[in-house]
Amino acid sequence: MMSEKFGGIVLNVAFRLLVPFTIVYGVYILCLGEFSPGGGFQAGALLSVGVVLARLVLGFDTKFNILGETSLILAGVGTFLYAFTGWLTLFGGAKFFLDYNFMPIKMEPVHEMHALGIFIIEIGVAICVMMTIINLLEAIVKRGEEPDGDSK
Amino acid sequence: MRGLVAILLAIITGLFCAVVTFLPPIGDVKNAPHQHVTPTYIERSAEDTGSPNIVTGLIIDYRGFDTMWETSVMFLAGLSTALILSNNRCGRRPIEEQEIEEGEIIK
Repeated sequence: MMSEKFGGIVLNVAFRLLVPFTIVYGVYILCLGEFSPGGGFQAGALLSVGVVLARLVLGFDTKFNILGETSLILAGVGTFLYAFTGWLTLFGGAKFFLDYNFMPIKMEPVHEMHALGIFIIEIGVAICVMMTIINLLEAIVKRGEEPDGDSK
Repeated sequence: MRGLVAILLAIITGLFCAVVTFLPPIGDVKNAPHQHVTPTYIERSAEDTGSPNIVTGLIIDYRGFDTMWETSVMFLAGLSTALILSNNRCGRRPIEEQEIEEGEIIK
């Protein structure tokens, strides 16, 4: 179904303009997450929209393709990155989970360590959301490609 | 019986609507939930969390444990949806395979 190309020249040109801006805006939201409202969830949704649009327009010919198993593994890695930050603080001697005062990297003003922890956590959330959405697309594509998909 | 239930539901709905008028007005600073921890968050979140945005500091720093489970719930929901949508045969009843085997034995 979606492994083939989609649409004619109008959609091709329009999405070719749209995809890079979407991805750049997603990275911008992710990097500015601690200063602006929003953060990991929105950045992950935007990045995944970039990948899904590229997949829709060019099919499997895209250079920017992430397949099903890879996306599933990376979603787990993103969730693990969040929990691992909490464990890092616990190993550093914190009394409760995600107490950023006990991060292993020491910085001079204490709230700098908080900012670093927030940034790591938002990267994890963004990877998890992005890869989950791509994984859903991959599952739908696989279902459409099966010869007896809907009859059973 | 059905009319009685309808009358009871109407009375309960009317009671709820009447009670709403006794609630404190929305956005009033003197409400009870705005007096407890909110001033502390507003005063100290910038120096505590290092982010100038109160919402981000509250979600990811003060309530970080909650957000971690939100993320894992999202991951598990996506994973199980993908498992349902992908059309694999694990765990299904092997009805057709049994029929084919019996036919081959008869032949």
